[in-house]
Amino acid sequence: MSAAPKHAPTMAQMSLAERLAPYAPILLVIGLVIAGFLAIPATSSWLTLTVSGLAMGMMIFIMASGLTLVFGLMDVINFGHGAFVSVGAFVGVSFLLLLEHMTGAPNLLWNLTALMVAIVGAMAATGLMGYAFERVIVKPVYGHHLKQILVTMGGLIVVEQLIIVLWGPEEIYITRPESLKGAITFAGAALEKYRLVAVAIGLVVFLTMRYTLRRTKIGLIVRAGVENGEMVQALGYNLRMVFIGVFVAGSALAGLGGVLWGLYQEVITAHMGNQTMILVFIVVIIGGLGSVEGCFIGALMVGLLQNYVAFLEPKAALISNIALMVAILMWRPMGMIPVVKAK
Amino acid sequence: MSDPILKLEGVFTNIAQYHILQGVELTVPRGEVTMLLGRNGVGKTTTLRTIIGHWRAHQGSVMFDGQDITKLPTPAIARAGIGFVPEDMGIFADLTVEENMILAAMSGAIDDSRLQWLFTVFPALETFWKKDAGTLSGGQKQMLSIARAMIEERALYLIDEPTKGLAPAIITTMARAIKELKQQGASILLVEQNFAVAKALGDSANVMDDGRMAWSGQMSELTQNAELQERLMGLSMEAH
Repeated sequence: MSAAPKHAPTMAQMSLAERLAPYAPILLVIGLVIAGFLAIPATSSWLTLTVSGLAMGMMIFIMASGLTLVFGLMDVINFGHGAFVSVGAFVGVSFLLLLEHMTGAPNLLWNLTALMVAIVGAMAATGLMGYAFERVIVKPVYGHHLKQILVTMGGLIVVEQLIIVLWGPEEIYITRPESLKGAITFAGAALEKYRLVAVAIGLVVFLTMRYTLRRTKIGLIVRAGVENGEMVQALGYNLRMVFIGVFVAGSALAGLGGVLWGLYQEVITAHMGNQTMILVFIVVIIGGLGSVEGCFIGALMVGLLQNYVAFLEPKAALISNIALMVAILMWRPMGMIPVVKAK
Repeated sequence: MSDPILKLEGVFTNIAQYHILQGVELTVPRGEVTMLLGRNGVGKTTTLRTIIGHWRAHQGSVMFDGQDITKLPTPAIARAGIGFVPEDMGIFADLTVEENMILAAMSGAIDDSRLQWLFTVFPALETFWKKDAGTLSGGQKQMLSIARAMIEERALYLIDEPTKGLAPAIITTMARAIKELKQQGASILLVEQNFAVAKALGDSANVMDDGRMAWSGQMSELTQNAELQERLMGLSMEAH
């Protein structure tokens, strides 16, 4: 009998592609920015569009982040999420109209204070509304996707009509606080001040959320709950309570997104939330359901692509985001950063 | 004998239209390792899941330490003092080993001396402390799953097939860990297919068949009676 061959496993280094794979989504955003730079003739236009795309992406992220966690954690499809965006915008804008003496003065501190008051008011209102929405509308339909879609859609319609009852059927025009009007010039490009503020707020929200999810126990519970809720319960944590908290926080964030989006469009309607939901759902799906990082990257891609394409080929802008979603899903069917489901 | 730590009386559990448990009677004495044995599909895992509250008993009662926990929600059952190691290990793959352990310490920060003890029982956990739990091997995941249940003292541990699919060296580690746990005074309800492990660890044994308890007695009685093993589980010591 011959001796067994010597045990000498080959330990090859991972190829470059394999080592880069975890960073692919971030590289894709950078690639998109570079592609935009190459495709857009004037650097100044490119810079303007990039800032604009990032601002739009940040606002979509703020609106979408709550939705992705709600879905990932409790498997709840909330088609009524747009209602919080609309209500947030109306409450926020009402505060801004009340504080017109502060927003109209050319004083940055006053303007930002008024904006903060509007944001806090809108988030408080939508957070409370989120609590009621979860208790009354979502709670009876846990575990039934079709019922969730129908009943949350119904909730959305009711809320939209309530907005019309309370604020009237007309769209409301709103001007931005005085110091946030206009643009600053940088490297020959006009960068709207308001968009820069939106980017800053979006970054703060993302970093706070990331910190909470990575560094706090409640964040660990949420992340673990997305993966295996049953086990989290067996470790002694009441996931239902955590979920209600996430639902409320997600609703409040949608309200914040509504204020920012309303000021971005400078007009608000009862249906604005529902209209943004298409973009929000695209972002949640391409990011990977339940993934905040994926949602963030997806939102930036959607924002950037929309702005670049609208500049280069306006007619194609309508389909650019759907095309992006199709392409991403063909590449990674569970979204860019899939969250493992062990349910 | 003092009161048992856990007592199931006439427990029926249905999953969808299937009647899985059909009147289970089970007593887990304090400070002992109680084996739950039986062929695949007889309801061992369902029994554990009914105790921890993942499935609900439709009839009968589950008494833990004198308290009726039949209808309590899972988190309350866990906080009452029951640690659970599920069959699929229930590891949070996206979290690091450290984060898995932080979560498991439900009453606050990790007790360092207990963690050091766990590191001596399962050295791999210290090695991979900062790594994602999803990258661990099967045996290491099982160690993490058990260590997670052990990081805080519980009165009762429910452990579902801790040696399934593991290499012999790791099985020895597992068995030692369970022994040490028992020495600390904990009560353990252990589902195990590996009869050698069951024999080495078990004080008393309960054999299930078709959703009921077919036999209950001392483990030594079962190990000495090949005919009984053959009849209850379709195995005898010769087969091992």
